[in-house]
Amino acid sequence: MEILEKTDKIHEDMLKTFEQKIDRGDAIEPRGHMPDGYRKHLLRQISQHAHSEVIGMQPEGNWITRAPSLRAKQILLAKIQDEGGHGLYLYSAAETLGISREEMIDQLHSGKAKYSNIFNYPALTWADIGAIGWLVDGAAIVNQVSLQRTSYGPYSRAMVRICKEESFHQRQGYEIMAKMMKGTKDQQAMAQDAMNRWWWPSLMMFGPHDTESPHTGDAVKWKIKRQSNDELRQKFIDKTVQQAEVIGLTIPDKDLKWNEDKRHYDHGPINWDEFYRVINGNGQCNKQRMAHHIKVHNAGAWVRAAAEAYRQKKEKQLLHL
Amino acid sequence: MTEQDALYKYCLRLGDDALIHSYRLSEWCSNAPILEEDLALTNFALDMIGRAQLLLTYAGQLEGKGRTDDDLAYRRSEREYFNHLLLELPNGDFAHTIARLLFSSVWEYYFFNELQHSRDTTLAAIAAKTVKEVKYHMAHATDWAIRLGDGTEESNHRMQKAIDDLWMYTGELFETDEQTAILRDKNIAADMAMIKAKWRQEIERIIGEATLTMPKDEYMQTGSSTGIHTEYLGHILSEMQYLQRAYPEATW
Ligand SMILES: [Fe+2]
Ligand SMILES: [Fe+2]
Ligand SMILES: [Fe+2]
Repeated sequence: MEILEKTDKIHEDMLKTFEQKIDRGDAIEPRGHMPDGYRKHLLRQISQHAHSEVIGMQPEGNWITRAPSLRAKQILLAKIQDEGGHGLYLYSAAETLGISREEMIDQLHSGKAKYSNIFNYPALTWADIGAIGWLVDGAAIVNQVSLQRTSYGPYSRAMVRICKEESFHQRQGYEIMAKMMKGTKDQQAMAQDAMNRWWWPSLMMFGPHDTESPHTGDAVKWKIKRQSNDELRQKFIDKTVQQAEVIGLTIPDKDLKWNEDKRHYDHGPINWDEFYRVINGNGQCNKQRMAHHIKVHNAGAWVRAAAEAYRQKKEKQLLHL
Repeated sequence: MTEQDALYKYCLRLGDDALIHSYRLSEWCSNAPILEEDLALTNFALDMIGRAQLLLTYAGQLEGKGRTDDDLAYRRSEREYFNHLLLELPNGDFAHTIARLLFSSVWEYYFFNELQHSRDTTLAAIAAKTVKEVKYHMAHATDWAIRLGDGTEESNHRMQKAIDDLWMYTGELFETDEQTAILRDKNIAADMAMIKAKWRQEIERIIGEATLTMPKDEYMQTGSSTGIHTEYLGHILSEMQYLQRAYPEATW
């Protein structure tokens, strides 16, 4: 009985320390105590983020071999490589919470872990590469800048590194669009078409409206999430509308207009039916993305097995020396 | 053939090698057995695109018709490409990709080492830069060839099959022709006989360490120095050049 009381007391103290740290705005580090709910929430969020970086390589990778100039190919390839690198940092950050990359990949394949819905949309033309960099990375940055101040140390540090590269991606995507808008009629039409297709899904990247968002409560209390979905979405809209105007692209929202009182743009209704349809597996590419990831993972099994067998052989040889 | 023509073709060929091999490596994006490998192979592809840009830009200058690196990459047809056949073959499995990278990077290492001393200073500078990059490609390919060769039974078989399958495309790497003879005389081109000896010795060493067997020298494929390619090149070009060909007026 006494022992139980003692451990309860220890737990209480640890929880108090954790909460004090959160209140002061100190970073939570892997070795420190954290409540189970906090750990679980982070694991879900970081692994989802890591998977998103990796699955996001597919739609863009679809255009590497067709990039229209050597410079364009170089920029795209380097960008996709950055995304893979982001996946690596984030897998490492998640590993500090006591899960292996292999387990995370299993969870992705079983459907337990998710990735960003945006990558279930297809990259159909070269202009989509511009739109993805500009809008999708642009939306991701708004979210990630805010996450630089997230309470979990390894996650926030990963975000700082990632944000630096993301802003390049956004600029390069915008440059593709700007060039096309200065180009031939065909190029302009291609760019506007990509804008039309990617605008709304980009807005959906911030998730449901604050009134509908189920995870917000704890995440805000624990300072994992620092700004609400709607706040972040508004930030993105405000900065992007002007960028579109500068290069002559039209935002496909007839209700979009500047609200002088709020000093923000008002926007039309978001099609949440589409959002939930895609999240629930019926986007154009959900099955394709996952099937591809699984196929590649399985096809590479013999290589990973060989590397492991070789490592063990060498280890044994060292022991026998 | 003038020295200028010979040098143009020489640079074009090296540029095509880099361009086409980078194309194949970039196809590993989102397709590699582990994420780290995805990044490594596409990183080599990036090095090669950079090399292609330098060589094709220089080739364009030598030609003197105002063609840029992009013009040369995106507006030439199958019979005007001169990359070695080895580099245009489909990736195959990971072992085939590693075998190709091994054969080509060891070749490039010795080749560009020699070319650093070329009397042509532009070529010598490009070669000096390339040697530094190729060292990493070679170390990576060597490392994997050994791990796969000496890994599991399956990986050993796959690696052996890969080097056997690709062997007949290695002879071409050491061919000489009219243009290389002209450039050799002027101390511009590298000495192929010497490179061949070094290449063979190093490949033998690696294959031995990988517990694999050296393939037999049988018939060697040839043709690329006169623009005779495998059927695969046409598919690469139709994909790579699609936008430039479909919208000839556009810049991107
Ligand atoms: Fe991203
Ligand atoms: Fe990223
Ligand atoms: Fe990005």
